[in-house]
Amino acid sequence: MYAYDEIDRTLVNERVSEFRDQVKRRLSGELTEDEFKILRLQNGVYLQLHAYMFRVAIPYGTLASNQLRALAHVARKYDRGFGHFTTRQNIQFNWIKLAELPDALEDLAKVGIHAMQTSGNNMRNVTSDQWAGVAPGEIEDPRIWSELIRQHTTLHPEFSFLPRKFKIAITASDHDRAAIKIHDIGLKLIKNEKGETGFEVLVGGGLGRTPFIGKTIKHFVHGRDILSYIEAILRVYNQYGRRDNIYKARIKILVHELGIEKFSREVEEEWQHIRNSSLQIDDEVIEDIRSRFTYPAYEKLPHMPDELRQAAADTDFEAWRKNSVAPHKVQGYSIVTISLKPIGKPPGDATADQMDALADLADEYSFGEIRVGHEQNLALPHVAKRDLPALWKALDKLGLATPNVNLITDIIACPGLDYCSLANARSIPIAQELTRRFANHELANLIGRLHINISGCINACGHHHVGHIGILGVEKNGEEVYQITIGGRADEGAALGNLIGPGVKFDEVADVIEDVVEAYLALRERPDELFIDTVKRLGVEPFKERVYATR
Amino acid sequence: MPLVNGGKIADDRFVKLAVDTPLPDSGDILVPAERFIAEADALLKRAGKVGVIWPNNRDIDELVPYLGKVAAVALVFPTFRDGRAYSQARLLRERYNYRGELRATGQILRDQFVFMLRAGFDSFEVKKQADAEAFMQTAKRYSVFYQPTGDGRITALHRRMQLRHSEGVGT
Repeated sequence: MYAYDEIDRTLVNERVSEFRDQVKRRLSGELTEDEFKILRLQNGVYLQLHAYMFRVAIPYGTLASNQLRALAHVARKYDRGFGHFTTRQNIQFNWIKLAELPDALEDLAKVGIHAMQTSGNNMRNVTSDQWAGVAPGEIEDPRIWSELIRQHTTLHPEFSFLPRKFKIAITASDHDRAAIKIHDIGLKLIKNEKGETGFEVLVGGGLGRTPFIGKTIKHFVHGRDILSYIEAILRVYNQYGRRDNIYKARIKILVHELGIEKFSREVEEEWQHIRNSSLQIDDEVIEDIRSRFTYPAYEKLPHMPDELRQAAADTDFEAWRKNSVAPHKVQGYSIVTISLKPIGKPPGDATADQMDALADLADEYSFGEIRVGHEQNLALPHVAKRDLPALWKALDKLGLATPNVNLITDIIACPGLDYCSLANARSIPIAQELTRRFANHELANLIGRLHINISGCINACGHHHVGHIGILGVEKNGEEVYQITIGGRADEGAALGNLIGPGVKFDEVADVIEDVVEAYLALRERPDELFIDTVKRLGVEPFKERVYATR
Repeated sequence: MPLVNGGKIADDRFVKLAVDTPLPDSGDILVPAERFIAEADALLKRAGKVGVIWPNNRDIDELVPYLGKVAAVALVFPTFRDGRAYSQARLLRERYNYRGELRATGQILRDQFVFMLRAGFDSFEVKKQADAEAFMQTAKRYSVFYQPTGDGRITALHRRMQLRHSEGVGT
């Protein structure tokens, strides 16, 4: 965990007091809605379909138990008793009153949580691997760098009014759990031939109306230069990014229009001016940040404790363990993913009571730490294997032991038309119906790893382009129509899905997905050939035939 | 529009000229970039100070040869949402070492003062009288800064190092 010191706390408090003043001026009419809009967005406050939505940052997905309790408190005191975890390591509250927002922010500030830049045309919450610091085989804990970049990008005086929003993601593993290739800047922590730590830098990825996979702009930027390199990219973007058309304002369009070679030359030129400035990071500063991340006092534990051996007889436990428990870098420990995708419920939602209970479980079994992943699930990052059976029982009581992580019912979905003022179609009811269709664990297990992503509009908050199966809701002649793509992925092999044919009506979506899955089961070469690999081998055609032959 | 200069509401000694306004014989003038570039020699020869209004989509490099001769550079925020002039300001101050008046013009509200001060502005044409009056109070809103800029304020990263070292002295 990263510990905020007095300096960080002061800044967060100053921000809360500024926002309190801004809300006061808005309520008194001193600020127009047009003026206030950008200020509230910079503090994570959207005006949605029914009410204000409040988006809180969970930098690089790491939460302490007292922070999760504070989120539960906000859900209970200021909202309707639940929160929604998003694909960007944020939590959203949907029913909050404007006049109460400063109080909610103040309550969160007490535990070092804020909502700075979770929206607006500035640098957004820095995201990372939810298994950072515990995954076997990573170069080093990417959160040290994430925190450095979080600080640097917070209230940046040059880049708080960019052409559009700007998202940075960092991974330190070969298996990319941070989806860096669909971010404005993706950073992959690597070592060069001299053993020095640095980054492969990608730029120009993003989804939405015009999706792009990020391109490598530089194969190695030394860690000490990473802030100046990011600043160079941002400065080029701030000056040359398009502002005439909101749909063409993201950096991906600038990179695309200039071409990566020309864009990288511009960045390189800018970088040479500033790389040896005060932006260069001393080793001492990096070590200082590193020293404020503390790690649990792990015990020396056996690889296979008796408790686990005995529990293996319970098939329900085994189904969950196989699905939700991942290897940890320390022997005797595991990373436990907690599915927020119970059958028939909106993906990513948690009640205040569940959050409180999870905070208690984190204290008991995971050194008080919780992680939030972009798949809209949570994780306990340091669970002793001997505790897995007890943890499973406790999670099951809370309705949080659905063994569907990475399976077909582990659906990523945006809030859609039920909440969002941008949406053209419903997402949540589609997700709910699909989880009911594929509720049978044996069937889901037979299908294997398969990611369905649903977005209720072209803005792609549900990342439908990179779902193994992507579902995009659009509006056509006053009706909700869903376009279906297959073959997308958000990991190290990131790719955009391909459309399988004309859009289908709301009532037909689940049937069509069943057809696609049946086609896969019939077409796969071996039981361990994943859906995504079958699509890669055969292309869209056989799926298209299967779906549209009878329609 | 009230002008804040040196932290206080002040009179504007510059008269703004349009592209085709006849040149006054004396007095300080602020001239649009295209006129300034076209008539630089004549403008700089006359009595009175000359400042230039530089649009946010024009390359600042063009202005660099004149920086030693102009008394003010006014950068433009056509709306408070358009942040291009922040980059121009930092380039002028930090790369080209411009030390004259750097003025923020356009839609300037109190909520941008801290960002603008940090980027190097020292003069502000403020849209609302109440915002101009709140300048000093608003400018002092933050005491912690995470990024190094040319304003010389110590960053949080370096303040921590200082605290750590000063603690070290006593032990």
